[in-house]
Amino acid sequence: MATAKTQARAPTFFDQVVNATVGNTHLDMCIQCGTCGGSCPSGPDMEHTPRALFAMIKGEMKEQVLRSNTPWYCVSCYYCMTRCPQDVHVTDIMYTLKRMAIHEGLSKESSASDAPGFSQSFIAFVENYGRSFELGLATRYHLTHHPLEVYKMAPMGWGMLRRGRMNLTPKPIKGLTELKAILNRAKQLEEEDYAL
Amino acid sequence: MTEEKIGVYICHCGSNIAGTVDVVDVAKWAGEELKDRGVVVSRDYKFMCSSLGQELIEKDIKELGLTRVVVGACSPHLHENTFRTACDRAGLNPYLCELVSIREQVSWVHTDRQAATEKSKAIVSGGVERVVHNQPLEPLHVPIHPATLVVGGGIAGIQSALELADAGFPVYLVEREPSIGGHMAQFDKTFPTLDCSACILTPKMVSVGGHKNINMFTWSEVTQVDGYVGNFTVTIRKRARYINEELCTGCVICQEKCPKKIIDEVYDAGLGYRKAVYTPFPQAVPKYPVLDRENCTYFQKGTCKACEKFCPTGAIDFTQEDEYITVQVGNIILATGFDLFDARRIKQYGYGRLANVFTSLEFERLSNAAGPTNGNIVLRDGVTTPESVGIIHCVGSRDKNYNNYCSVICCMQSLKFAHLVEERTGAQVTNFYIDMRTAFKAYDEFYQRLLEEGTQFIRGKVAEITDAARKPGEEGKLIIQVEDTLIGKQRRIPVDMVILSCGLEPRHDAKEVAKLFGISCSADGWYIEKHPKLDPVATMTEGVFIAGCVQGPKDIPASVSQGAAAAARVLGRIQQGEIALEPVRASIDEAKCSGCRICNNMCPFNAILFHEDRMVSEVNPALCQGCGTCVAACPAGAISGTCFSNEQILSQIEGLLLLNVRRPLVVETVY
Amino acid sequence: MRYSYYPGCSLERNASAYHVSAMEVAKPFGVEFAEIDDWNCCGATEYIALNKIAAYALVARNLVIAKNQPDNGHTLVAPCSACFLNLSKAEQYLSENETFREKMNIALEAGGMHYTAGGLSVRHLLDIFVNDVGYNAIAEKVVKPLKGLRIAPYYGCLIVRPGFQGVFDDHEQPDTLDKLMKVLGANVVDFPLKASCCGGHMTQISEAVAMDLLNRLLKNAADYEADILVTLCPMCQLNLDAYQADVNRYFKTSYHIPVLYFTQLMGLAMGMSAQAMGIGKEFVDARPALAKIGVEVPEPAPVKKKRPSKEELPMPRMPEKE
Repeated sequence: MATAKTQARAPTFFDQVVNATVGNTHLDMCIQCGTCGGSCPSGPDMEHTPRALFAMIKGEMKEQVLRSNTPWYCVSCYYCMTRCPQDVHVTDIMYTLKRMAIHEGLSKESSASDAPGFSQSFIAFVENYGRSFELGLATRYHLTHHPLEVYKMAPMGWGMLRRGRMNLTPKPIKGLTELKAILNRAKQLEEEDYAL
Repeated sequence: MTEEKIGVYICHCGSNIAGTVDVVDVAKWAGEELKDRGVVVSRDYKFMCSSLGQELIEKDIKELGLTRVVVGACSPHLHENTFRTACDRAGLNPYLCELVSIREQVSWVHTDRQAATEKSKAIVSGGVERVVHNQPLEPLHVPIHPATLVVGGGIAGIQSALELADAGFPVYLVEREPSIGGHMAQFDKTFPTLDCSACILTPKMVSVGGHKNINMFTWSEVTQVDGYVGNFTVTIRKRARYINEELCTGCVICQEKCPKKIIDEVYDAGLGYRKAVYTPFPQAVPKYPVLDRENCTYFQKGTCKACEKFCPTGAIDFTQEDEYITVQVGNIILATGFDLFDARRIKQYGYGRLANVFTSLEFERLSNAAGPTNGNIVLRDGVTTPESVGIIHCVGSRDKNYNNYCSVICCMQSLKFAHLVEERTGAQVTNFYIDMRTAFKAYDEFYQRLLEEGTQFIRGKVAEITDAARKPGEEGKLIIQVEDTLIGKQRRIPVDMVILSCGLEPRHDAKEVAKLFGISCSADGWYIEKHPKLDPVATMTEGVFIAGCVQGPKDIPASVSQGAAAAARVLGRIQQGEIALEPVRASIDEAKCSGCRICNNMCPFNAILFHEDRMVSEVNPALCQGCGTCVAACPAGAISGTCFSNEQILSQIEGLLLLNVRRPLVVETVY
Repeated sequence: MRYSYYPGCSLERNASAYHVSAMEVAKPFGVEFAEIDDWNCCGATEYIALNKIAAYALVARNLVIAKNQPDNGHTLVAPCSACFLNLSKAEQYLSENETFREKMNIALEAGGMHYTAGGLSVRHLLDIFVNDVGYNAIAEKVVKPLKGLRIAPYYGCLIVRPGFQGVFDDHEQPDTLDKLMKVLGANVVDFPLKASCCGGHMTQISEAVAMDLLNRLLKNAADYEADILVTLCPMCQLNLDAYQADVNRYFKTSYHIPVLYFTQLMGLAMGMSAQAMGIGKEFVDARPALAKIGVEVPEPAPVKKKRPSKEELPMPRMPEKE
């Protein structure tokens, strides 16, 4: 945390990450112990462990960090954040990196380039109906990203429909207009934050 | 308008004060605004505590006939004595000098220069108002009793006791367990020399046991402490051993014949067994066993008494009772040691659930030739030798989820374990660390030795230890999952056995014990030293010293050093024969005393007597410590304290509020 | 006892069995779950990856609705662990962080809403049953104990981590669900990976990772000879159930472990029918396993207490299990 005596200087990538995360991330307290990387269930499949990513953030390696597939492989299990001996909010930082990667257009260059698309498809339905719509999500996502493999999803989809576990049509909420207004204003505020 | 002539001296303290406070302005202000309050000279100087600074004061006393001195500088804790002594040298009674803090209370806690300067002026003004009411006083001299109480019979306590006893003075050594020796008696080898712990410890233990100047109370605890430095009255509860020490020869036939076997949670760390009547280990000092009442068949069910039947000298005495012994001592040394971090708290390490995860103390007992496995390093089944062992550093230390501090000894201890495992079993050993803390004499060389011996090191704080195998090579093993941070990849290392280097914690009852002796402990429970750098064995309570791990985690050499240091301090006191106490004490105005006696029982030092004939109370100045409790308690306001009289306090407040210069203090709240 | 209830998108259809069984088992205890009006999706783990303020606003709308609901008992109950996490996390961060809260209110005002801190505690459905209703009250209503059924309680991750308000059990080795199953009369299989992540949406991001994570869990449960996995989160249920066949294909394994919700098992033990509990919608058929408890099960042969060999070292003393 900057003390009163720190000189004013332009925000670094480290500052950007910390400021864009709600709550006190304690990222400056990381002692590189590796508990996060050791605990992560999908750790072996990440290009960089969370710890390595933090070292890279401190080293101002913005491009490499935002191109990494690491945040997209985070399963949000919170093992890292719970066990971290310095109380670094690892998972929250992963979410921030996802947002920054999309914003900077670098998520496209990661090996998990499809992942943002899934979230975007999911949210498109939430924004248009207020609740999620799996059939729409599955179809849209797979048609957009793996159109030739849509057939693979067919048995699952049929299984879900047969057991009555999936709606055929989405159901909008009553307060949809208000919700859209709220979300649009929120997105404006977020853009203003980025401009800072 | 006073007739006193007050000299005001404002210290720059280099830039420590001057960097935030405009000290020149403060001095100038005091000289002008407080002139009709008695200030005849007001100076500022770079370092008042230096010889030249002190000489300024002395010169002014002599040449200007000063009758009072106010110094605005650091906290009285540091230099009150310095300036009082300077005044004394110049012929002014030292208690006519006041040191007001504009460093700890101003420059070190504020950043706004203007506000800090104004506050300093107010503080100096308060000092000026107060000092007028100071009286010339003489310190009290109290004798120092030559005996010393040492609490805790571990290596630090043993060292203290021997130093004092060898110097020819009596020592009472109180130890809670049946034998002295402490944790060091549990270890196998000690780093970095790999000396056998018992071999270097037992000669000292024997010296203590046989020393004519040491009165040992084992299986005992201190229950009450009264008095003050030089004159403590201590009550020791000597718990019933149910063994007559006059008759017992230490043959331990009672232990052999006792049919009741229970797990030894203390000495054998829960890994071995002992009997209901037992000595914790063969080299115990004293040699007398103790009978554990709660597990004794006779005490619980009324039958057995095998020990009594077989004892060749009839030393078993079931009727024995606790004894309460009161002793007089001049000084107290607390050396009560540490407890091990409870590894059950870290669920993801599986201690208690996974059989072959061991704590450091458990491993010491395994490795010790006199331990439950005769020194064979084996798995929990008691038979199998491990082929691969993982040693985890920093368990419960350096972790905001448990203890935030570093426990100092675990890195060296982990290396020691690695060496012992390799030497005894030939197993492949891997140490998992975050940093390698091997800072003292021959410590880093020890690390290099371990590298030469083929120990593997993985830099990463272990995330979890599990038996959930993912592939064939992991079946039946304990898997240590960790990020190898130097490679940057998560790894799963299958091992047979895991040793957790658990951190050190204060004793579970540290806070209560501290209260008993009238000292403070920090939030984590370690006892607070007088100054962390310059005075690590004294406490803020005169006459009470601390040594060893009770002050914070440390290794054996440091514990020994502190034990010796504490003893040296005590010896210094004993040599002087008396100590000068601050003449800060209460006195009762008989005219105002109504005889209600509220103060009598409030006094923590039993320093107030009541005169039945005149129906008034009186303070005994020799016992009074000036704590002020009675002053506050008296409903008639009949009690006043020297150095803290009502006039002194009230006039200091008026000065602080600048009412003396008829201008209210206005300070903008600045953070 | 009356609580505000936030079902979440999954409980509408995909996990309707969870919803139906929860409502049914609440009745005998006099517990009422009142669905809050016109709630919206919590955003799962998706919105927060795109836009921070919008993601929190999406959740905040639900918090505002809940706080304004009369008779809300000052508690909002969520049966889905992800919804529970999002609601409790948003509630905590918005309460603690004044600057963020002010920004949130600018966004909410565009929809005519305003968020005030405090006055609501967010809790998981399991918490209500084990802590408010209590094990004893539940035990009293058990008429068909699940004796002979080896149940592996699977918590998943978000109900016990990371520790925002409303977390009520141990981060690493929770045991409230274990105790609940024991009270229902089942043989509880305490398998070590009970709080390890099922992978969440990884089935859509990386098949390799998703399959690996699911395989670890299924293997562990199978190693411990579980008949049934019991869950408290629709995502976990979907992953372990609907993708079990895929796992078998991928790893050439042959797991057949049905995955049910804890409320379904409560209902069965309380004498309700399998149909009323919505059983039959699983991909991995639960009926064969449940047939075990419809049949007279002989008392298991008493386990001969293994006399510890002379050499065996004692295990560390652990705190007493209630």
